[in-house]
Amino acid sequence: MDLATTLKLILPELVLCIVGLLVLVLDLIIPDENKKAWLPYAGLLGLGLALIAVVSLAGQNVSFLSGMLAVDSFAVFFKFLAILAVGLVLLVSIDYMKDRTPYRGEFFGLLILAGLAMSLAAGATDLIMVYLAMEFLSFSSYILVGFLRDNERSNEAALKYFLYGATASAVMLYGMSLLYGITGTTHLAGIANYLANGLAAPTQLWLVIPALLMLLVGFGFKIALVPFHQWSPDAYEGAPTPVTAFLSVGPKAIGFALLIRVFMTALPEFTTTWTAVLAAISMVTMTLANLVALKQTNIKRMLAYSSIAQAGYILIGFVSLGLNSESSFNGINGVLLYLFAYLFTNLGVFVVAIAFEQATGSNNISDYAGLAKRAPGLAAVMLICLLSLAGIPATGGFMGKFFVFGAAIQTQFYVLAVVAIINSVIAVFYYLNVVRYMYFTPPAGGADQPIPVPGLFQFVLALTAAVTLVIGLFPQPFIEIATQSVRLLAAS
Amino acid sequence: MGFSYLLTIITFLPLLGVLVLLFIPSEKEKEIKWTAVLISLLPLILSIILWLSYDRSTGGIQFQDKAVWIPALNVFYRVGVDGLSLPFVFLTAFLATLSLFYSAYTINTRVKEYFVMFLLLEMGMLGVFVSLDFVLFYVFWEIGLVPMYLLIGVWGGQNRLYASIKFFLYTLAGSVGMLLAILYLYFNTGTFDILDVAAKFAVARPFVENFGAVSLAFWAFFIAFAIKLPSFPFHTWLPDAHTEAPTAGSVILAGVLLKLGAYGLLRIVFPIFPDAFSYYCSNLPIIPILAVISIVYGAFVCMAQTDLKRLIAYSSVSHMGYVLLGISAAVVGLGMSDPTLRDSATMALNGAVLQMFNHGIITGGLFFLVGVIYERAHTRDLDAFGGLGNKVPYYYGMMLITGFASLGLPGLAGFWAEFFVFRGAFAIMPIFAVIGAVGIVVTAAYILWKIIQAVFLGSFDQQKWDDRTHHAALSDMFTFEKVTMWPLVFFMIAIGVYPPLILNMINMATSAMLGL
Repeated sequence: MDLATTLKLILPELVLCIVGLLVLVLDLIIPDENKKAWLPYAGLLGLGLALIAVVSLAGQNVSFLSGMLAVDSFAVFFKFLAILAVGLVLLVSIDYMKDRTPYRGEFFGLLILAGLAMSLAAGATDLIMVYLAMEFLSFSSYILVGFLRDNERSNEAALKYFLYGATASAVMLYGMSLLYGITGTTHLAGIANYLANGLAAPTQLWLVIPALLMLLVGFGFKIALVPFHQWSPDAYEGAPTPVTAFLSVGPKAIGFALLIRVFMTALPEFTTTWTAVLAAISMVTMTLANLVALKQTNIKRMLAYSSIAQAGYILIGFVSLGLNSESSFNGINGVLLYLFAYLFTNLGVFVVAIAFEQATGSNNISDYAGLAKRAPGLAAVMLICLLSLAGIPATGGFMGKFFVFGAAIQTQFYVLAVVAIINSVIAVFYYLNVVRYMYFTPPAGGADQPIPVPGLFQFVLALTAAVTLVIGLFPQPFIEIATQSVRLLAAS
Repeated sequence: MGFSYLLTIITFLPLLGVLVLLFIPSEKEKEIKWTAVLISLLPLILSIILWLSYDRSTGGIQFQDKAVWIPALNVFYRVGVDGLSLPFVFLTAFLATLSLFYSAYTINTRVKEYFVMFLLLEMGMLGVFVSLDFVLFYVFWEIGLVPMYLLIGVWGGQNRLYASIKFFLYTLAGSVGMLLAILYLYFNTGTFDILDVAAKFAVARPFVENFGAVSLAFWAFFIAFAIKLPSFPFHTWLPDAHTEAPTAGSVILAGVLLKLGAYGLLRIVFPIFPDAFSYYCSNLPIIPILAVISIVYGAFVCMAQTDLKRLIAYSSVSHMGYVLLGISAAVVGLGMSDPTLRDSATMALNGAVLQMFNHGIITGGLFFLVGVIYERAHTRDLDAFGGLGNKVPYYYGMMLITGFASLGLPGLAGFWAEFFVFRGAFAIMPIFAVIGAVGIVVTAAYILWKIIQAVFLGSFDQQKWDDRTHHAALSDMFTFEKVTMWPLVFFMIAIGVYPPLILNMINMATSAMLGL
């Protein structure tokens, strides 16, 4: 493959890399504070260019760079998701980080570079690349979480995240090395090929299952599945809220992308095994997260557990693959649709939380009392997004749940489906708890001034609420995109 | 046949109303209120036109609209009405208009949100009655939950926080089970079309061979609808929700939302699971047992109430028990070979559907009347009242008529429904009918004793009134309250004197359902 083609294929990553580094460097060079305020917008412009580059790659199915990376519809979908997530988070963090840290250039640069990591991960088709991309993403995340240097919570969160993540990726790496040892290759398709045809010594096969489980540790950590979720509540609570928003959508989606690609491409022979394991993990994840979330009084912590539970629901879609069905109503489509809807819904909730924190300095759910009077727009967006997370129809969250429940019923994972619906009802309680404070409780004495919402926030809020409703009411185009994205992956 | 898009227009007019209201500034309360009422008149007028233009010679589902919605999932926008759903489309529009009219005089805080929520609720309810596609049905079903939750929680009574979340969680718990059952039906028949599934499912999964799976699906649906009905033992959300909701909210809750449950049983469970339904009504008669318990237990609990609104709430449990009894009798009668029993089955089913309509009118009226006294006294404690008959004669008269209609006095609407239900049930399941009839006696007792006697008869103690209501002014019904009640009383008398007014339409549908 000649250089020009390679460059074209890797264009989004190139753009992200250049923009990210540029933001970092310009922040150092430019002395004037006023001029520096333009940096995030320059970053956004760069992200926009990267997005265009990603869209231009749609429809291809190429493997390049010695099989390390691929550009296929699946990768394009997740690259798009990743850059979108970074862009929206960047938009809302401009205001948030202004007064909290002098190192803003580094913040935005890191965010964009995290986007680069996610973009690489989306297209990774080799275990080495998977590991590198994941580590890149993890390191960026660690620093972003601990960005508020004077905040104890932030430091503690970052340290916890780092220690946990380091252990998890070490285990995952070991699992990868086991796979390499058995198959002699780190290329995903090559592994599958070897396991299917070229096994020299069947006695080595027993190692694949532990290797699989160790890989799960790494991916489970990234997605925050039980029992690899322990870092999540503290990291989410301590991190600056835009970073929390980012963590809840970006790395989660990419974790799923990696999980799906690695397991489906490299280990299709072991589908029954990892399906069973993931089904169990899904049930435990949903149940534990929902039950613990009931007790939370801090909105960021509540949303952390909510995100863990949502990952459990999404996992149902992956468990009930439904690859054999000719219709689009299958689990994998459900995963993609759910992740897409979840991106906007969760960002919506977090942007409301950010706006609220900026205005009042509080993250306590009880302080949301009377929000409907103080900031009706914020309350309305929060209501729509919470209903979407709860899975009430006419929202994107319902469509996602509809798909995954349907997939579970179709593949006869009835117990999983029942556990899921029970958890849905439990979850409604803590989601509506926030609604209760916003709409039914009068504002606490003295705290009833209207809350100003900056124009940029209003734009993001309107966008997230609108997309959530659109996906819920007119999901057809999104389903078609999801179907396209999975087709080649399923065929391989 | 008929006008195209009529049902779509009726269903989405309230949504249009919401959009219009959103543009009116919140301060202009009067404009908001009257715009909402005027907009709600449109679906009402259209539903009357619908009623009159329904072709009685052919019957069946008419005014069908179909549009592609989510082809990837085989989900279509499919709506239509027949003799079963048409009366309830009318009932919904009718009660919604009355409630909005009443609310225009009684709601003074956060007016815009209230009327927006109410119109959204109306849209949700209308949508359920006209949907012929499972996903559409489910979407409208759930859409109705959120506005009701907010209506109770924001404009409700003392205990509204508890009542609202209880209502939401309870109903949602049933609904998600229904969602799984819907998906199960889809993967066994390949379609979400309710009528198609009814045709295909019994063939795809005969009850006899798949006892476990079909039973589970049946119970998932049944429990979801039994929660809404509400049937014992799933009724416990109702007293709290009804009592704490604002008056108009209670009217809509009792008048329409409860009918959704019964409608679901007739539209979905009855055609799709005839064998399972029959099994659980005759071989293992769980359902008739629940029905009579609802009737009798509900009536006895009414006797013990001290809060007027809670009393009427429990009376809803009791009255909807008649509906369930009628339906179970019809299901069992359908399976029998004796043709006279089939006649009885039709009668029971007619009675059940008529009771659904009547209950909406009558209990809606009762809740409006409770609102009257609550607006004045700001208490609903029966102990605080007494001897009001002379003081507020118009109110007394209205309450008498509505109370008599509720207990089934011949000449008023309630009589015919109870008559048909028991006439039908007695031939098919005599024991249950007899036990249920006890409920009629107790109903008369609580209405005459606890409501009429306790509130209106005896002598009026001014001192007690002043103490309990903090010197509230006791005025007779205002014009707007009278105007709200007149249409309801009209229907109570009209249907009581000439039931074919509505019974003919119902009979068309029930005969078709029972295959006559």
